[in-house]
Amino acid sequence: VHPGDCTVQVHSGRGTVHPEVLRLGLRYASATILGSNSRCVALLGALTHLVRDYTTPADKELPRDLEDNLNANVAYLERCRPLAVSMRNAVKHIKRYINATPEKTPDHKAKSDILKCIEDYLKERVVLAGQAISLFAANKIGKDDVILVYGFSSIVFKILIDSFKQTRFSVVIIDGRPRLEGRTMLTRLTQHGVPCTYALLNALPYVLERGCVRKVLLGAHALLANGRVMGRVGTALVAMVAHARGVPVLVCCETHKFCERVQTDSIVVNELGDPLELVVTGHGDPTGGRLATTLNEGKNLTLLNLSYDITPPEFVTMVITELGMLPCTSVPVVLRVKSIEGT
Amino acid sequence: MSTTEEFTSSSIDQTRIGGQTVLEYYAECQRDETKAVAVAAIETMIQVMEKSEAETLQGLVKEMNDVIDILKRTDGNVTSIESGCKLFIRFITLESSVLLENLPFNQCLNMLIARGNKFLGEMSRARLKIAQLSAQFIENGAVVLTHSLSKCVLEVLKGAALDGKRFHVYVTQSGPDNSGIKMFNKLRAMNISATQILDAAVGYIMESVDLVLVGAEGVMENGGVLNKIGTYGIAVCARSSNKPFYVVAESFKFVRLYPLNQRDIPCNLKYNSSVIKENCGDTRFEHPKIDYTPPDLITLLFTNLGVLTPSAVSDELIKLYL
Repeated sequence: VHPGDCTVQVHSGRGTVHPEVLRLGLRYASATILGSNSRCVALLGALTHLVRDYTTPADKELPRDLEDNLNANVAYLERCRPLAVSMRNAVKHIKRYINATPEKTPDHKAKSDILKCIEDYLKERVVLAGQAISLFAANKIGKDDVILVYGFSSIVFKILIDSFKQTRFSVVIIDGRPRLEGRTMLTRLTQHGVPCTYALLNALPYVLERGCVRKVLLGAHALLANGRVMGRVGTALVAMVAHARGVPVLVCCETHKFCERVQTDSIVVNELGDPLELVVTGHGDPTGGRLATTLNEGKNLTLLNLSYDITPPEFVTMVITELGMLPCTSVPVVLRVKSIEGT
Repeated sequence: MSTTEEFTSSSIDQTRIGGQTVLEYYAECQRDETKAVAVAAIETMIQVMEKSEAETLQGLVKEMNDVIDILKRTDGNVTSIESGCKLFIRFITLESSVLLENLPFNQCLNMLIARGNKFLGEMSRARLKIAQLSAQFIENGAVVLTHSLSKCVLEVLKGAALDGKRFHVYVTQSGPDNSGIKMFNKLRAMNISATQILDAAVGYIMESVDLVLVGAEGVMENGGVLNKIGTYGIAVCARSSNKPFYVVAESFKFVRLYPLNQRDIPCNLKYNSSVIKENCGDTRFEHPKIDYTPPDLITLLFTNLGVLTPSAVSDELIKLYL
């Protein structure tokens, strides 16, 4: 994707878009920030700036007006790139907190409370949750294990790095086009001295068997209420092949990515990427450009570049969250417990 | 660090409860063979609490954890000892901070002991409740397959027989300790028609049975169970022949373990602790005494909390622990 090619409409509507949010939107649209956690953290950072710089207009109330402002900013971000589930949950959480601000609270106090809410959300749901998941997962990683991972996931990377300090193991990285995020995983893991093998998705069954893979560690974009895992496209394939071979599949997901949506297949709600990504095959590929123009004129060809897919719960052995290790079917239970707690 | 631990555990070893050590008292509790192993362990814990000289809740909990460690070193059903005792501690200390604010610790201790006895009472009655719930699943003329010696299954079959149902039971011999023979004798003593079969004959007999009923040493977080070695094979066979596979377990056997596969079962549960000590931790050539049956092979679990599907077990555990 070429950053220079992005055009996003910015118009005010009910409120102006904060410059930090403007920057953020462009970074989302140009795929500079990738990954559920990174996008959520970046969003929380931008919202902190927004709240800090906010002043209530003379004739308005803070809760109502700030929420309208927030909505306008979020609508802009949605136009840049559809919101991730983690981002949606974060915005919902912050809006709920803003709505609950008692009346007649002076602005500076209300703002500092909201800022604290954002900070706590970031600390508890993302940072501490990641540490807790890392601790749980460390119990499942044994000496001389061969662990298979797919693409790049920040939480899986953290687990591997933390565990490598205690136990020696090796990693097989499976990668999928067009994003080829596995290369990021490969670079970072080798920097920490982890022995890695790298293969593309079509080599998966062979590598799984010949490489004596002991377990598969996957990240997730979101966990749906019917126990299905929404992840980068290709995740479902990896889980399916691993299941067929009797290799346990562990999905690592913080609870802030749990979603009340129910989806049975990958098509009904998904995100389309740039179809030309499928065509351009590499750096300086001479035929790529010509192929692209030929295909563009082809009326019988549709290029479909899906971003996510859905893994059914029967392929997943366990889900590791900061609450502990759960089976996939327990997601609605966690959602129910958390809604009772009101968090 | 290890020397301090040895010192503490040996001093607890010598703790006198009415003139006996912990292990002696535990052995006495176990003399009633129909009692569940975990119930005997909980009785021991209550005795320890009564004789305890702890001044704080933390001190008491530490003493009890030490007792659990001692009991786990016996050769027996270690899984249910650990799960039962951990649940016991959680039950009695639940919301005890409210109590502690208002009363001195001695009075609190009495209240905790009262709670402990209540828990014990519920657990002792668990099996009867399970027998009542499971009665509907054993129909007249049914053929049941069971594995090894399970006091819970015995109770269920006894209940069905008292109801006046006619049914036939196939019992596996269940090596290496042949505990299935004891099960067979007990069934015959209750006038239930039974046949003893070899472990190897399970595949042969599966087409003639209507349902498989086994006990459990521990119920995992995902609804899978740990049970006498051979259970997994029977479950696979039952699935392949489309026969329902039922597990009977009391709720104190629910444990916060989540094995990924057979290899992932903790060593201290697979082998007797005396065996681990003899081989100094190298268990590669030892035969495991339990195996893990994953939840997708289990149809239903009969527990004193009700008849549960394997996925509901996690729900119950979350309610208990979160």
